[in-house]
Amino acid sequence: MANSAVAATALRIARTGRDVLRDVSFTVPACSVNGLLGPSGCGKTTLLRAIMGVQAVTAGVVEVLGHPAGHPGLRRRIGYATQTPAVYADLTVAECLRYFAAVLGAPATDVDRVLADVDLAGQRDRLVGSLSGGQRGRASLAVALLGEPELLVLDEPTVGLDPVLREDLWSLFHRLAAAGTTLIVSSHVMDEAARCDRLLILRDGTVFADDTPDGLRAATGETDLERAFLQLVRERETV
Amino acid sequence: MNPTITAATARRVLTQLRHDPRTVAMLLLVPSLLMSLLRFVFNDERAFNHLAPALLGVFPFVVMFLVASVTTLRERTTATLERLMTLPLGRLDLILGYAIAFGLVAVAQVGVATGVCAWLGLDLGGSLWTVLLIAVLDALLGMALGLLVSAFATSEFQAIQFMPLFVLPQFLLCGLLQPREQMSQVLHWLSDVMPLSYAVDALGRATASADMDAALLTDILVVAGCVLLALALGAGTLRRRTR
Ligand SMILES: Nc1ncnc2c1ncn2[C@@H]1O[C@H](COP(=O)(O)OP(=O)(O)OP(=O)(O)O)[C@@H](O)[C@H]1O
Ligand SMILES: [Mg+2]
Repeated sequence: MANSAVAATALRIARTGRDVLRDVSFTVPACSVNGLLGPSGCGKTTLLRAIMGVQAVTAGVVEVLGHPAGHPGLRRRIGYATQTPAVYADLTVAECLRYFAAVLGAPATDVDRVLADVDLAGQRDRLVGSLSGGQRGRASLAVALLGEPELLVLDEPTVGLDPVLREDLWSLFHRLAAAGTTLIVSSHVMDEAARCDRLLILRDGTVFADDTPDGLRAATGETDLERAFLQLVRERETV
Repeated sequence: MNPTITAATARRVLTQLRHDPRTVAMLLLVPSLLMSLLRFVFNDERAFNHLAPALLGVFPFVVMFLVASVTTLRERTTATLERLMTLPLGRLDLILGYAIAFGLVAVAQVGVATGVCAWLGLDLGGSLWTVLLIAVLDALLGMALGLLVSAFATSEFQAIQFMPLFVLPQFLLCGLLQPREQMSQVLHWLSDVMPLSYAVDALGRATASADMDAALLTDILVVAGCVLLALALGAGTLRRRTR
Protein backbone atom coordinates (compact mmCIF):
# COMPACT_ATOMS: atom_id res chain seq x y z
CA MET A 1 0.00 0.00 0.00
CA ALA A 2 3.11 2.20 0.01
CA ASN A 3 2.23 3.89 -3.25
CA SER A 4 -1.46 4.41 -2.59
CA ALA A 5 -2.35 7.99 -1.66
CA VAL A 6 -5.81 7.25 -0.31
CA ALA A 7 -7.29 3.99 0.94
CA ALA A 8 -10.80 3.45 2.25
CA THR A 9 -11.86 0.24 3.95
CA ALA A 10 -15.47 -0.82 4.61
CA LEU A 11 -16.50 2.81 4.80
CA ARG A 12 -20.05 3.53 5.93
CA ILE A 13 -21.49 7.01 6.33
CA ALA A 14 -24.98 7.77 7.60
CA ARG A 15 -26.36 11.30 7.24
CA THR A 16 -29.56 12.19 9.08
CA GLY A 17 -30.05 8.53 9.93
CA ARG A 18 -29.87 7.27 6.36
CA ASP A 19 -26.91 5.41 4.86
CA VAL A 20 -25.37 7.60 2.17
CA LEU A 21 -22.34 5.36 1.63
CA ARG A 22 -22.26 1.61 2.37
CA ASP A 23 -19.31 -0.77 2.37
CA VAL A 24 -17.09 1.44 0.23
CA SER A 25 -13.52 0.17 -0.18
CA PHE A 26 -10.97 1.37 -2.71
CA THR A 27 -7.41 2.57 -3.07
CA VAL A 28 -6.16 5.55 -5.06
CA PRO A 29 -2.70 5.11 -6.59
CA ALA A 30 -0.27 8.00 -6.14
CA CYS A 31 0.68 10.35 -9.00
CA SER A 32 -2.43 9.72 -11.08
CA VAL A 33 -5.69 11.38 -12.11
CA ASN A 34 -8.63 9.54 -10.54
CA GLY A 35 -12.18 10.18 -11.58
CA LEU A 36 -15.03 9.86 -9.10
CA LEU A 37 -18.20 9.47 -11.12
CA GLY A 38 -21.80 8.67 -10.58
CA PRO A 39 -25.29 10.13 -10.75
CA SER A 40 -26.35 13.15 -8.74
CA GLY A 41 -26.91 12.31 -5.09
CA CYS A 42 -24.90 9.06 -5.19
CA GLY A 43 -22.51 10.29 -2.48
CA LYS A 44 -19.53 11.80 -4.33
CA THR A 45 -19.33 14.94 -2.23
CA THR A 46 -19.85 12.94 0.96
CA LEU A 47 -16.94 10.64 0.03
CA LEU A 48 -14.64 13.57 -0.81
CA ARG A 49 -15.57 15.25 2.48
CA ALA A 50 -14.66 12.02 4.29
CA ILE A 51 -11.25 12.04 2.57
CA MET A 52 -10.79 15.66 3.70
CA GLY A 53 -11.71 14.67 7.25
CA VAL A 54 -14.66 17.08 7.56
CA GLN A 55 -17.32 14.38 7.28
CA ALA A 56 -18.11 12.27 10.34
CA VAL A 57 -17.70 8.58 9.45
CA THR A 58 -20.10 5.98 10.86
CA ALA A 59 -17.86 2.93 10.35
CA GLY A 60 -14.71 1.94 8.50
CA VAL A 61 -11.48 3.86 7.96
CA VAL A 62 -10.03 6.32 5.47
CA GLU A 63 -6.23 6.60 5.24
CA VAL A 64 -4.79 9.63 3.48
CA LEU A 65 -1.05 9.95 2.72
CA GLY A 66 -0.30 7.50 5.50
CA HIS A 67 -2.46 9.20 8.15
CA PRO A 68 -6.06 8.80 9.25
CA ALA A 69 -8.26 11.32 7.36
CA GLY A 70 -8.51 14.64 9.17
CA HIS A 71 -5.05 14.33 10.80
CA PRO A 72 -3.70 17.86 11.52
CA GLY A 73 -0.43 17.01 9.71
CA LEU A 74 -2.38 16.66 6.46
CA ARG A 75 -3.74 20.20 6.38
CA ARG A 76 -0.85 21.63 4.35
CA ARG A 77 -0.58 18.56 2.13
CA ILE A 78 -4.05 18.40 0.60
CA GLY A 79 -5.73 20.95 -1.65
CA TYR A 80 -9.53 20.90 -1.72
CA ALA A 81 -12.03 22.58 -4.01
CA THR A 82 -15.55 22.30 -2.58
CA GLN A 83 -18.53 21.85 -4.91
CA THR A 84 -19.91 25.29 -3.97
CA PRO A 85 -16.98 27.65 -4.59
CA ALA A 86 -15.31 28.52 -1.26
CA VAL A 87 -14.29 32.09 -2.01
CA TYR A 88 -15.28 35.41 -0.42
CA ALA A 89 -17.68 37.33 -2.66
CA ASP A 90 -16.65 40.67 -1.11
CA LEU A 91 -12.92 40.32 -1.83
CA THR A 92 -11.07 40.64 -5.11
CA VAL A 93 -9.70 37.40 -6.58
CA ALA A 94 -6.13 38.38 -5.61
CA GLU A 95 -7.08 39.43 -2.05
CA CYS A 96 -8.91 36.16 -1.57
CA LEU A 97 -5.94 34.10 -2.78
CA ARG A 98 -3.50 36.14 -0.70
CA TYR A 99 -5.56 35.35 2.42
CA PHE A 100 -5.61 31.60 1.78
CA ALA A 101 -1.88 31.70 0.87
CA ALA A 102 -1.17 33.40 4.21
CA VAL A 103 -3.17 30.75 6.09
CA LEU A 104 -1.23 28.01 4.30
CA GLY A 105 2.10 29.77 4.70
CA ALA A 106 2.54 29.53 0.91
CA PRO A 107 4.84 32.07 -0.78
CA ALA A 108 3.12 35.20 -2.12
CA THR A 109 4.39 34.37 -5.64
CA ASP A 110 2.10 31.34 -5.58
CA VAL A 111 -0.88 33.64 -6.18
CA ASP A 112 0.32 34.57 -9.67
CA ARG A 113 1.17 30.98 -10.51
CA VAL A 114 -2.25 29.57 -9.62
CA LEU A 115 -4.06 32.47 -11.32
CA ALA A 116 -2.21 31.65 -14.53
CA ASP A 117 -2.98 27.92 -14.05
CA VAL A 118 -6.73 28.52 -14.01
CA ASP A 119 -6.58 31.35 -16.58
CA LEU A 120 -7.88 34.06 -14.26
CA ALA A 121 -4.90 36.44 -14.37
CA GLY A 122 -7.06 38.98 -16.22
CA GLN A 123 -9.67 38.95 -13.44
CA ARG A 124 -7.27 39.24 -10.48
CA ASP A 125 -8.56 42.65 -9.36
CA ARG A 126 -12.25 41.96 -9.92
CA LEU A 127 -14.51 41.31 -6.93
CA VAL A 128 -15.29 37.59 -6.65
CA GLY A 129 -18.97 38.50 -6.35
CA SER A 130 -18.89 40.04 -9.82
CA LEU A 131 -17.44 36.92 -11.49
CA SER A 132 -19.43 34.44 -13.56
CA GLY A 133 -20.22 31.05 -12.03
CA GLY A 134 -17.47 29.30 -13.97
CA GLN A 135 -14.93 32.00 -13.08
CA ARG A 136 -15.85 31.71 -9.41
CA GLY A 137 -15.37 27.95 -9.56
CA ARG A 138 -11.94 28.48 -11.09
CA ALA A 139 -11.05 30.96 -8.32
CA SER A 140 -11.95 28.24 -5.81
CA LEU A 141 -9.84 25.74 -7.79
CA ALA A 142 -6.94 28.24 -7.70
CA VAL A 143 -7.13 28.24 -3.88
CA ALA A 144 -6.81 24.44 -3.92
CA LEU A 145 -3.61 24.71 -5.99
CA LEU A 146 -1.89 27.07 -3.50
CA GLY A 147 1.16 25.64 -1.77
CA GLU A 148 1.62 22.80 -4.30
CA PRO A 149 -0.21 20.12 -2.28
CA GLU A 150 0.63 16.41 -2.78
CA LEU A 151 -3.03 15.47 -3.04
CA LEU A 152 -5.76 17.45 -4.79
CA VAL A 153 -9.40 16.71 -4.01
CA LEU A 154 -11.58 18.51 -6.54
CA ASP A 155 -15.37 18.39 -6.38
CA GLU A 156 -16.76 18.98 -9.88
CA PRO A 157 -14.09 21.52 -10.86
CA THR A 158 -15.09 21.71 -14.52
CA VAL A 159 -18.83 22.30 -14.12
CA GLY A 160 -20.12 25.12 -16.27
CA LEU A 161 -16.95 25.53 -18.30
CA ASP A 162 -16.65 25.67 -22.08
CA PRO A 163 -14.86 22.82 -23.92
CA VAL A 164 -11.65 24.82 -24.43
CA LEU A 165 -11.23 25.69 -20.75
CA ARG A 166 -12.21 22.17 -19.75
CA GLU A 167 -9.53 20.78 -22.02
CA ASP A 168 -6.99 23.23 -20.52
CA LEU A 169 -7.83 22.16 -16.98
CA TRP A 170 -7.62 18.44 -17.79
CA SER A 171 -4.18 19.05 -19.34
CA LEU A 172 -3.22 20.88 -16.15
CA PHE A 173 -4.42 17.90 -14.08
CA HIS A 174 -2.23 15.54 -16.10
CA ARG A 175 0.77 17.88 -15.89
CA LEU A 176 0.36 17.95 -12.09
CA ALA A 177 0.06 14.14 -11.94
CA ALA A 178 3.19 13.75 -14.07
CA ALA A 179 4.98 16.02 -11.57
CA GLY A 180 3.95 13.74 -8.69
CA THR A 181 0.56 15.04 -7.52
CA THR A 182 -2.34 12.67 -6.87
CA LEU A 183 -5.70 13.98 -8.03
CA ILE A 184 -9.24 12.88 -7.21
CA VAL A 185 -11.69 14.67 -9.46
CA SER A 186 -15.42 14.21 -9.24
CA SER A 187 -17.71 14.70 -12.18
CA HIS A 188 -21.05 13.44 -13.31
CA VAL A 189 -20.37 13.70 -17.01
CA MET A 190 -19.07 10.49 -18.52
CA ASP A 191 -17.13 12.15 -21.33
CA GLU A 192 -14.64 13.38 -18.72
CA ALA A 193 -14.12 9.81 -17.55
CA ALA A 194 -12.01 9.09 -20.62
CA ARG A 195 -9.45 11.67 -19.40
CA CYS A 196 -8.85 9.81 -16.12
CA ASP A 197 -6.18 7.20 -15.38
CA ARG A 198 -8.60 5.36 -13.11
CA LEU A 199 -12.33 5.51 -12.47
CA LEU A 200 -14.31 4.97 -9.32
CA ILE A 201 -17.99 4.89 -10.13
CA LEU A 202 -20.51 5.17 -7.30
CA ARG A 203 -24.13 4.28 -7.54
CA ASP A 204 -26.65 4.46 -4.69
CA GLY A 205 -23.85 4.79 -2.17
CA THR A 206 -21.82 1.74 -3.19
CA VAL A 207 -18.84 1.20 -5.48
CA PHE A 208 -20.32 0.28 -8.81
CA ALA A 209 -17.06 0.03 -10.75
CA ASP A 210 -13.40 0.56 -9.91
CA ASP A 211 -11.30 0.17 -13.05
CA THR A 212 -9.30 1.93 -15.75
CA PRO A 213 -11.25 3.37 -18.67
CA ASP A 214 -9.80 0.65 -20.90
CA GLY A 215 -10.69 -2.05 -18.39
CA LEU A 216 -14.26 -0.78 -18.36
CA ARG A 217 -14.42 -0.78 -22.15
CA ALA A 218 -13.00 -4.31 -22.33
CA ALA A 219 -15.40 -5.65 -19.70
CA THR A 220 -18.46 -4.35 -21.53
CA GLY A 221 -17.37 -4.50 -25.14
CA GLU A 222 -18.36 -0.86 -25.62
CA THR A 223 -15.95 1.81 -26.88
CA ASP A 224 -17.94 4.72 -25.53
CA LEU A 225 -17.70 5.02 -21.72
CA GLU A 226 -21.22 6.34 -21.32
CA ARG A 227 -22.56 3.31 -23.18
CA ALA A 228 -20.24 1.07 -21.16
CA PHE A 229 -21.73 2.50 -17.97
CA LEU A 230 -25.29 1.98 -19.20
CA GLN A 231 -24.38 -1.55 -20.27
CA LEU A 232 -23.10 -2.28 -16.74
CA VAL A 233 -26.27 -0.88 -15.20
CA ARG A 234 -28.38 -3.16 -17.43
CA GLU A 235 -26.25 -6.22 -16.65
CA ARG A 236 -26.50 -5.70 -12.88
CA GLU A 237 -30.20 -5.03 -12.98
CA THR A 238 -31.04 -8.25 -14.78
CA VAL A 239 -29.08 -10.30 -12.21
CA MET B 1 -2.82 29.33 17.47
CA ASN B 2 -0.63 31.22 15.05
CA PRO B 3 -0.24 35.04 15.19
CA THR B 4 0.46 35.31 11.44
CA ILE B 5 -2.77 33.51 10.58
CA THR B 6 -4.76 35.50 13.17
CA ALA B 7 -3.43 38.77 11.71
CA ALA B 8 -4.12 37.60 8.15
CA THR B 9 -7.71 36.78 9.18
CA ALA B 10 -8.20 40.20 10.81
CA ARG B 11 -6.82 41.88 7.68
CA ARG B 12 -9.14 39.79 5.50
CA VAL B 13 -12.24 40.78 7.52
CA LEU B 14 -11.25 44.46 7.37
CA THR B 15 -10.67 44.19 3.61
CA GLN B 16 -14.12 42.67 3.20
CA LEU B 17 -15.56 45.65 5.11
CA ARG B 18 -13.55 48.08 2.99
CA HIS B 19 -15.32 46.77 -0.12
CA ASP B 20 -18.63 47.65 1.51
CA PRO B 21 -18.36 51.43 2.18
CA ARG B 22 -22.02 51.81 3.08
CA THR B 23 -21.67 49.34 5.95
CA VAL B 24 -18.53 51.13 7.13
CA ALA B 25 -20.32 54.49 7.06
CA MET B 26 -23.24 53.07 9.05
CA LEU B 27 -20.91 51.40 11.56
CA LEU B 28 -19.13 54.68 12.16
CA LEU B 29 -22.15 56.98 12.18
CA VAL B 30 -25.24 55.15 13.47
CA PRO B 31 -24.37 55.38 17.22
CA SER B 32 -23.48 59.07 16.77
CA LEU B 33 -26.76 59.76 14.98
CA LEU B 34 -28.70 58.04 17.75
CA MET B 35 -26.86 60.06 20.40
CA SER B 36 -27.67 63.28 18.54
CA LEU B 37 -31.30 62.24 18.33
CA LEU B 38 -31.28 61.56 22.06
CA ARG B 39 -29.89 65.02 22.74
CA PHE B 40 -32.75 66.65 20.85
CA VAL B 41 -35.38 64.35 22.37
CA PHE B 42 -34.36 65.57 25.83
CA ASN B 43 -33.68 69.13 24.78
CA ASP B 44 -32.14 69.48 28.22
CA GLU B 45 -28.44 69.21 28.98
CA ARG B 46 -28.89 67.72 32.47
CA ALA B 47 -31.12 64.86 31.38
CA PHE B 48 -28.83 64.16 28.42
CA ASN B 49 -25.81 64.09 30.72
CA HIS B 50 -27.61 61.58 32.91
CA LEU B 51 -28.47 59.05 30.21
CA ALA B 52 -25.86 59.59 27.49
CA PRO B 53 -22.89 57.79 29.10
CA ALA B 54 -24.82 54.53 29.44
CA LEU B 55 -26.17 54.74 25.90
CA LEU B 56 -22.66 55.43 24.63
CA GLY B 57 -22.08 51.82 25.66
CA VAL B 58 -25.44 50.38 24.65
CA PHE B 59 -25.68 51.60 21.03
CA PRO B 60 -22.29 50.19 19.92
CA PHE B 61 -23.17 46.99 21.82
CA VAL B 62 -26.33 46.53 19.74
CA VAL B 63 -24.74 47.49 16.41
CA MET B 64 -21.73 45.21 16.86
CA PHE B 65 -23.94 42.32 17.98
CA LEU B 66 -25.88 42.49 14.72
CA VAL B 67 -22.90 42.97 12.43
CA ALA B 68 -20.85 40.22 14.06
CA SER B 69 -23.65 37.67 14.13
CA VAL B 70 -24.56 38.16 10.47
CA THR B 71 -20.94 38.21 9.25
CA THR B 72 -19.95 35.05 11.05
CA LEU B 73 -23.20 33.33 10.15
CA ARG B 74 -22.34 34.03 6.52
CA GLU B 75 -18.95 32.42 7.03
CA ARG B 76 -20.55 29.42 8.73
CA THR B 77 -23.22 28.83 6.08
CA THR B 78 -21.03 29.23 3.00
CA ALA B 79 -18.40 26.73 1.98
CA THR B 80 -15.57 28.99 3.21
CA LEU B 81 -15.77 27.77 6.81
CA GLU B 82 -15.61 24.11 5.72
CA ARG B 83 -12.63 25.05 3.56
CA LEU B 84 -10.87 26.91 6.38
CA MET B 85 -11.39 23.93 8.69
CA THR B 86 -9.31 21.80 6.29
CA LEU B 87 -6.44 24.30 6.50
CA PRO B 88 -3.79 24.84 9.20
CA LEU B 89 -5.94 27.49 10.88
CA GLY B 90 -6.82 27.16 14.56
CA ARG B 91 -10.40 27.81 15.60
CA LEU B 92 -9.11 30.56 17.90
CA ASP B 93 -7.19 32.10 14.97
CA LEU B 94 -10.48 32.60 13.17
CA ILE B 95 -12.39 33.92 16.20
CA LEU B 96 -9.57 36.21 17.33
CA GLY B 97 -9.10 37.45 13.77
CA TYR B 98 -12.74 38.50 13.76
CA ALA B 99 -12.38 39.97 17.27
CA ILE B 100 -9.36 42.09 16.30
CA ALA B 101 -10.99 43.38 13.12
CA PHE B 102 -14.28 44.27 14.82
CA GLY B 103 -12.37 45.58 17.85
CA LEU B 104 -10.65 48.14 15.60
CA VAL B 105 -14.01 49.09 14.10
CA ALA B 106 -15.41 49.44 17.65
CA VAL B 107 -12.60 51.81 18.65
CA ALA B 108 -13.34 54.04 15.65
CA GLN B 109 -17.10 53.84 16.24
CA VAL B 110 -16.89 54.72 19.93
CA GLY B 111 -14.32 57.43 19.24
CA VAL B 112 -16.63 59.17 16.78
CA ALA B 113 -19.67 58.79 19.06
CA THR B 114 -17.82 60.16 22.08
CA GLY B 115 -16.55 63.13 20.06
CA VAL B 116 -20.09 63.89 18.89
CA CYS B 117 -21.41 63.60 22.46
CA ALA B 118 -18.78 66.01 23.77
CA TRP B 119 -19.78 68.44 21.04
CA LEU B 120 -23.45 68.02 22.08
CA GLY B 121 -22.53 69.12 25.59
CA LEU B 122 -21.80 65.84 27.40
CA ASP B 123 -19.50 66.50 30.34
CA LEU B 124 -17.23 63.53 30.97
CA GLY B 125 -15.18 65.29 33.63
CA GLY B 126 -11.77 63.76 33.97
CA SER B 127 -12.76 60.25 32.95
CA LEU B 128 -12.74 60.47 29.14
CA TRP B 129 -10.31 57.57 28.74
CA THR B 130 -12.13 55.34 31.20
CA VAL B 131 -15.42 55.98 29.41
CA LEU B 132 -13.80 55.25 26.04
CA LEU B 133 -12.32 52.02 27.38
CA ILE B 134 -15.65 50.82 28.78
CA ALA B 135 -17.59 51.76 25.65
CA VAL B 136 -15.11 49.83 23.49
CA LEU B 137 -15.43 46.86 25.86
CA ASP B 138 -19.23 47.10 25.44
CA ALA B 139 -18.89 47.03 21.67
CA LEU B 140 -16.54 44.03 21.99
CA LEU B 141 -19.06 42.35 24.26
CA GLY B 142 -21.77 42.82 21.64
CA MET B 143 -19.42 41.44 19.00
CA ALA B 144 -18.42 38.42 21.09
CA LEU B 145 -22.03 37.56 21.94
CA GLY B 146 -22.97 38.02 18.28
CA LEU B 147 -20.20 35.61 17.24
CA LEU B 148 -21.39 33.10 19.80
CA VAL B 149 -25.11 33.15 19.04
CA SER B 150 -24.48 32.92 15.29
CA ALA B 151 -23.63 29.28 16.01
CA PHE B 152 -27.25 28.69 17.00
CA ALA B 153 -28.76 30.35 13.94
CA THR B 154 -29.19 28.50 10.68
CA SER B 155 -30.43 31.47 8.68
CA GLU B 156 -29.96 35.24 8.60
CA PHE B 157 -33.59 35.67 9.73
CA GLN B 158 -32.85 33.74 12.90
CA ALA B 159 -29.62 35.64 13.49
CA ILE B 160 -31.39 38.99 13.22
CA GLN B 161 -34.04 37.85 15.68
CA PHE B 162 -31.45 36.93 18.26
CA MET B 163 -31.01 40.68 18.67
CA PRO B 164 -34.39 41.24 20.37
CA LEU B 165 -34.01 37.90 22.13
CA PHE B 166 -30.53 38.37 23.63
CA VAL B 167 -30.03 42.12 23.58
CA LEU B 168 -33.33 43.77 24.50
CA PRO B 169 -33.84 41.88 27.82
CA GLN B 170 -30.33 42.98 28.82
CA PHE B 171 -31.27 46.53 27.89
CA LEU B 172 -34.52 46.39 29.91
CA LEU B 173 -32.81 44.97 32.97
CA CYS B 174 -29.47 46.83 32.92
CA GLY B 175 -30.67 49.55 35.27
CA LEU B 176 -31.16 52.23 32.68
CA LEU B 177 -34.98 52.28 32.71
CA GLN B 178 -35.37 51.40 36.36
CA PRO B 179 -32.64 51.26 39.04
CA ARG B 180 -31.70 47.62 39.58
CA GLU B 181 -32.19 47.90 43.36
CA GLN B 182 -35.88 48.65 42.81
CA MET B 183 -36.52 45.53 40.72
CA SER B 184 -38.16 42.43 42.15
CA GLN B 185 -35.77 39.79 43.48
CA VAL B 186 -36.06 37.56 40.41
CA LEU B 187 -35.43 40.39 37.97
CA HIS B 188 -32.53 41.56 40.08
CA TRP B 189 -30.97 38.11 39.91
CA LEU B 190 -31.51 38.03 36.18
CA SER B 191 -29.87 41.41 35.76
CA ASP B 192 -26.97 40.16 37.89
CA VAL B 193 -26.10 37.49 35.34
CA MET B 194 -26.41 39.83 32.34
CA PRO B 195 -23.10 41.35 31.32
CA LEU B 196 -24.65 44.59 30.02
CA SER B 197 -25.70 45.45 33.61
CA TYR B 198 -22.04 45.65 34.63
CA ALA B 199 -21.16 47.70 31.56
CA VAL B 200 -23.88 50.26 32.24
CA ASP B 201 -22.97 50.33 35.94
CA ALA B 202 -19.33 50.95 35.02
CA LEU B 203 -20.23 53.82 32.69
CA GLY B 204 -22.34 55.39 35.46
CA ARG B 205 -19.50 55.14 37.95
CA ALA B 206 -16.88 56.39 35.52
CA THR B 207 -18.84 59.55 34.73
CA ALA B 208 -19.83 60.16 38.37
CA SER B 209 -16.25 60.39 39.57
CA ALA B 210 -12.86 60.55 37.92
CA ASP B 211 -11.34 58.01 40.32
CA MET B 212 -10.92 54.34 39.51
CA ASP B 213 -12.30 52.59 42.61
CA ALA B 214 -12.67 48.90 43.38
CA ALA B 215 -16.32 48.72 42.32
CA LEU B 216 -15.55 50.25 38.94
CA LEU B 217 -12.58 47.96 38.43
CA THR B 218 -14.73 44.93 39.28
CA ASP B 219 -17.34 46.01 36.71
CA ILE B 220 -14.66 46.41 34.02
CA LEU B 221 -13.13 43.03 34.82
CA VAL B 222 -16.54 41.32 34.71
CA VAL B 223 -17.26 42.79 31.27
CA ALA B 224 -13.79 41.89 29.96
CA GLY B 225 -14.18 38.39 31.38
CA CYS B 226 -17.52 37.98 29.60
CA VAL B 227 -15.93 39.07 26.31
CA LEU B 228 -13.21 36.44 26.66
CA LEU B 229 -15.67 33.77 27.76
CA ALA B 230 -18.01 34.44 24.81
CA LEU B 231 -15.05 34.33 22.38
CA ALA B 232 -13.81 31.04 23.83
CA LEU B 233 -17.31 29.54 23.67
CA GLY B 234 -17.64 30.89 20.10
CA ALA B 235 -14.42 29.10 19.11
CA GLY B 236 -15.80 25.96 20.76
CA THR B 237 -18.87 26.02 18.51
CA LEU B 238 -16.75 25.71 15.34
CA ARG B 239 -16.64 22.10 14.25
CA ARG B 240 -13.98 20.62 12.01
CA ARG B 241 -16.02 17.48 11.37
CA THR B 242 -19.77 17.54 10.72
CA ARG B 243 -22.46 14.91 10.05
N1 LIG C 1 -26.04 18.11 4.76
C1 LIG C 1 -26.65 16.96 4.52
N2 LIG C 1 -27.41 16.38 5.46
C2 LIG C 1 -28.04 15.22 5.23
N3 LIG C 1 -27.99 14.54 4.08
C3 LIG C 1 -27.26 15.06 3.09
C4 LIG C 1 -26.55 16.29 3.26
N4 LIG C 1 -25.91 16.56 2.10
C5 LIG C 1 -26.20 15.57 1.27
N5 LIG C 1 -27.01 14.65 1.84
C6 LIG C 1 -27.53 13.43 1.22
O1 LIG C 1 -26.46 12.56 0.96
C7 LIG C 1 -26.62 11.93 -0.30
C8 LIG C 1 -25.35 12.10 -1.10
O2 LIG C 1 -25.12 13.49 -1.30
P1 LIG C 1 -23.82 14.01 -2.01
O3 LIG C 1 -23.85 15.49 -1.88
O4 LIG C 1 -22.66 13.29 -1.47
O5 LIG C 1 -24.09 13.58 -3.51
P2 LIG C 1 -23.26 13.90 -4.84
O6 LIG C 1 -22.95 12.60 -5.46
O7 LIG C 1 -22.14 14.80 -4.53
O8 LIG C 1 -24.34 14.64 -5.72
P3 LIG C 1 -24.15 15.80 -6.81
O9 LIG C 1 -23.60 15.17 -8.04
O10 LIG C 1 -25.55 16.29 -7.03
O11 LIG C 1 -23.24 16.82 -6.21
C9 LIG C 1 -27.84 12.55 -0.96
O12 LIG C 1 -28.87 11.61 -0.90
C10 LIG C 1 -28.16 13.75 -0.11
O13 LIG C 1 -29.55 13.88 0.00
MG1 LIG D 1 -21.68 16.67 -5.00
